Amino acid sequence: MRRSTIPMLAATLLAIAAPLVATNAHAGKTLDAIKQRGEVVCGVNTGLAGFSAADSQGNWTGLDVDICKAIAAAVLGDAKKVKWVPLNAQQRFTALQSGEVDVLSRNTTFTLTRDASLGLNITAVTYYDGQGFIVPKKSKITSAKQLKNAEICVQSGTTTEKNLTDYFKSQNVKIKPVVFEGFEASVKAFFSGRCQAYTTDASGLASIRNKEAQIPDDYVILPELISKEPLGPMVRRGDDEWFAIVKWVIYALLEAEEYGLTQANVDQMKTSTDPSVQRILGTSEDTGKLLGLDKEWAYRAGKSVGNYGEIFERNVGPQSALKLPRGVNNQWNKGGLMYAPPIR
Amino acid sequence: MPPKKRDWSWRSRATRGIVYQAIAVAAIAAAVWFLAHNTIENMRVRGIQSGFGFLTQPAGFDIGESVFAYESSDPYWKAFLVGLSNTLRAAIVGIVLTTLLGTLLGIGRLSRNFLLRSACTAYVELFRNIPVLLQMLMWYFVLNEWLPPVSDALHPIPGVFLSKSGMSFPVPVWQPGYLVALTGVFAGAIGAWLYRHRARTAFERTGIARPMVWPPLLILVACAFVGWIAGGAPTALELPERNDLNVAGGGAVTPEFLAVTIGLTVYTAAFVAEIVRSGIQSVAWGQTEAASALGLTRGQALKLVLLPQALRVIIPPLTNQYLNLTKNSSLAVAVGYPDLVSISNTTLNQTGRAVECIAVIMAVYLTLSLVTAGLMNWYNARSAIRER
Repeated sequence: MRRSTIPMLAATLLAIAAPLVATNAHAGKTLDAIKQRGEVVCGVNTGLAGFSAADSQGNWTGLDVDICKAIAAAVLGDAKKVKWVPLNAQQRFTALQSGEVDVLSRNTTFTLTRDASLGLNITAVTYYDGQGFIVPKKSKITSAKQLKNAEICVQSGTTTEKNLTDYFKSQNVKIKPVVFEGFEASVKAFFSGRCQAYTTDASGLASIRNKEAQIPDDYVILPELISKEPLGPMVRRGDDEWFAIVKWVIYALLEAEEYGLTQANVDQMKTSTDPSVQRILGTSEDTGKLLGLDKEWAYRAGKSVGNYGEIFERNVGPQSALKLPRGVNNQWNKGGLMYAPPIR
Repeated sequence: MPPKKRDWSWRSRATRGIVYQAIAVAAIAAAVWFLAHNTIENMRVRGIQSGFGFLTQPAGFDIGESVFAYESSDPYWKAFLVGLSNTLRAAIVGIVLTTLLGTLLGIGRLSRNFLLRSACTAYVELFRNIPVLLQMLMWYFVLNEWLPPVSDALHPIPGVFLSKSGMSFPVPVWQPGYLVALTGVFAGAIGAWLYRHRARTAFERTGIARPMVWPPLLILVACAFVGWIAGGAPTALELPERNDLNVAGGGAVTPEFLAVTIGLTVYTAAFVAEIVRSGIQSVAWGQTEAASALGLTRGQALKLVLLPQALRVIIPPLTNQYLNLTKNSSLAVAVGYPDLVSISNTTLNQTGRAVECIAVIMAVYLTLSLVTAGLMNWYNARSAIRER
């Protein structure tokens, strides 16, 4: 009886070690995995109105969410075939690195550090943002430069803290950050008067003012934007094919707007004789083949969520709850920065 | 008796024991090595940079409160130190206050006064059954809602301001005179120790007990006072002053610190109260009777008979509560207190070094816990029964 202990111990050890070895094996191409699984796993914000938020039925809406829907439509032919993984700021990169999600579409700023040292690739910008401040109207502060010695509430785990320090250092002004881990706590602290100002990306400020303030008009967003925050999806390094697909789905949505393709008219436009439109919709050249998709990939992306302009208007634009102006997020030929490389 | 020859055969129980233990240790070491190696290798394959080199890079972010001077251009390791000092500040203040409050509550639960006893029981049942994170958040939002904005800060006594920005209070300005006063305190401490030593020797020789608390305390205070006078009686205070946007100068604690400390203290004190109560109740009633039969007063009975026995029961679980309090302080990040976890979160996000940052946190909390446990074990050994 007693003699069997050692073989048993060895067997147990092997049993423990076996799954560890298995994780070392090559995961295969992301696209193959997605097709086999039948859904795209998309990492999104746990809740940021206009970008990604779930309603009481568990339906996700928002600009970041629509990008993932478009990817699913292009790759799998169905915008509903997405598994949503809500991630906080600290979890997001690890979730993508470890393969828990296929794409991270979570209002993430592109920076050198993130591009070069995290084993991730930045795809294309879906929203040009900048960091700003919101203050109570009764404080009579009209410029960020007046925030001398102010306490400023901020949520941790973002590029926001560093921008804050950099900006006030360049202005030679001392401030005191009050850093919260949770979004709710940080916002509640600001609205209860703990801080003289709150800072985050301007899109977030609009969302906070409209959703969290009791009387939105009691708060003003200061004119200064203190940083560049290009937001967009990220993918894991080492799968260039998938990287290209995500990038070009975004470009397709931008091109669709540029050439006047909308969710409503995309079927009629299939008969268009414009060569650019024909290429996007796959009625002439088969651009999908080069990406490892079929020829109607971009047609399905546009058909499912509309072009970029429609996505913008629906989620964050002047008609939405956030009421953000199109500004720099307009097309390049309308005074904005959105410039998609040509699909050809 | 000839020395027993060691039997190295497999039939010897001792030999088999050694072999099994060696195998177990080797298996654990192999598992750790395997996990570490796998992690590093996978990170390398995926192009994730790793290593602790980032610690010497400039941190680039400000920290709201710090025990010592810190600039955003200081390196990450210094930012971690700021976080550690903030964690320690909350933990030490919390441990001291918890011990005081918990002891009072524990004794209160045994009171003959019905009202006091019930109030203490209600306290314990209420606060130990609500998660500490919720309590911290509650205190924080209560403080923030209840306190006035900094523009009309409460001014209960001169030099003290109370507002949403925290509590500001006067602090003495450092003058060389304090050095003389400190020397006085030091001399007083030696004097007090000498007095106690002599009193104890005299008691053991003659059996006549001398007061052991008040005279040494008097010696200490008197020496400190003489030192302070000799140092020129410095009284200068730095008073906090109100300006247009906030209150500056003097000492200050933020509402975040208050919420964390109050939350930890109130929660842990409920557990400490139960430990103290059970400790006192664990001493058999016969001991109290025996003490009064010997003619000891109630105070003497408590000090000489009951407490020394109760402490043996109290200290080990009390150590656990101290450890819990220290570890629970990591929840401080929820209410915006820049503790170690908060700093580490920010660092993690700026550098992307998840494994390294988590490793730093784990190592620090492990060290803190081991140090606390070590100190308490030492104290426990001191108060244990000395068997003769």
